[in-house]
Amino acid sequence: MSSFVYLIVIALIAVSVIAMYNSLVRRRNEVDNAWSQIDVQLKRRLDLIPNLVETVKGYASHEKATLDAVIQARNSAIGASSSPVAQAAADSAITGALRQLFALSEAYPDLKANQGFVSLQEELSNTESRIAYARQFYGDAVLLYNTAIQKFPGALIARVCGFSKREYFEAEDAARVTPQVKF
Amino acid sequence: MNDLIASNKRRTFFLLTGFIVITALVGMAVGVLVGNGATGTIIALVFSAVFAFGSYWKSDSVALAVSRAVPADPIEFRRLHNLVEGLCIASGLPKPRVFVIRDEAPNAFATGRNPKHAAIAVTTGLLEKMNRVELEGVVAHELSHIKNYDILVCTLAVTLVGTIALITDITIRMMWWNGGRVSRGNDRRDSTNPLAFIGIALLILAPILAKIMQAAVSRRRETLADVSACKMTRYPPGLISALEKLQADSTVTHSASMATAHMWIEQPMSGVNDTGRLGLWHRLFNTHPPLAERIALLREI
Repeated sequence: MSSFVYLIVIALIAVSVIAMYNSLVRRRNEVDNAWSQIDVQLKRRLDLIPNLVETVKGYASHEKATLDAVIQARNSAIGASSSPVAQAAADSAITGALRQLFALSEAYPDLKANQGFVSLQEELSNTESRIAYARQFYGDAVLLYNTAIQKFPGALIARVCGFSKREYFEAEDAARVTPQVKF
Repeated sequence: MNDLIASNKRRTFFLLTGFIVITALVGMAVGVLVGNGATGTIIALVFSAVFAFGSYWKSDSVALAVSRAVPADPIEFRRLHNLVEGLCIASGLPKPRVFVIRDEAPNAFATGRNPKHAAIAVTTGLLEKMNRVELEGVVAHELSHIKNYDILVCTLAVTLVGTIALITDITIRMMWWNGGRVSRGNDRRDSTNPLAFIGIALLILAPILAKIMQAAVSRRRETLADVSACKMTRYPPGLISALEKLQADSTVTHSASMATAHMWIEQPMSGVNDTGRLGLWHRLFNTHPPLAERIALLREI
């Protein structure tokens, strides 16, 4: 009789351990998925930039310094490693360069009236808000995952099975201060 | 949040069971009135089971069709599509189908049976009157309904409550029709049958019960969706100012009917928020908590 009770207790523990392990796996996959969502949006933005540069060149080819800065920021973003911190740095460089470019467009009425330029500008600002949303989602996923692997019974399983803490996406110090637009 | 979703799935189950039981009772009442209890019950059971399953699969199209919603053109309503896509990324939901309703009154609702089969509909009045952050708040509120599975419960309630109303309606008409016929020998015995009185009572009670069910299902959900919407946009003032605009606006949503009332972001009927003599009565049947209460709650966040 008593061995039967032991058996039931062991079975219950085994089932709950499996359930906990599975939920940790699910949360970790959610974090990975959230991360790849950011990549999708960032890539979308990188793909839009060459078109934008070409369009601007047609109207303001002598603004070489600004255009080069955008292209360079884009190239270094493509080469950047995929850690959250490196990605954030590359990304804020692009944001700054693009801002310069759009500020410059104010001086060229023809450019501002160009339909292609207007829709590219719109696409880019949409993509930027999507990047922000995707980061928010990533932050939420990391919060859930990190909490799950640090709380008591989960922490034991996490340690044994090697679930490690994930980094939050942190805005660079440069991104915290309001950017200056130079003319 | 997961408890909430589980509770909504339980509710769906209760709603469906409650619906089948009520319909069976009504069927029994009709049967007794007409003189054959068993047949009435069986017909009602089969009928309600078919309707319950049908509602699960098709009630979103019913709700959209009843409200005269048309798919939103991706070019004309680009801003709306962009907003929905952005917020879906933020909440990890697949993008729902987007519909617009040509109606001056600002209002919106979400429908479907799960996040993969969901739709949101907004009126053109809402698009005109709200700025970007306000619209974002409203869309986030609707997406929260989708994420919390409120849409399943609410949309089912539309068809189920509608069906009960329909059956009762038909029966009451049949009773009048029946009452006008030439009397027969056993009619007098039937009219003294106590079950017949219970039958009439049930016919009156069923729609009221259905209505309370509908109200209970949706009031707490609204508040919860408001709070989750703020978590999604990270900007409570957007939704607050949207709700304030809705409060100031008194246009009646013509596309809303009694059956879909509880799905909209704001109570679509006029005069329901009266605090007069019927205040308590209205509170029991209100499908939405008062806007002032919702705004006050959001201010505390």
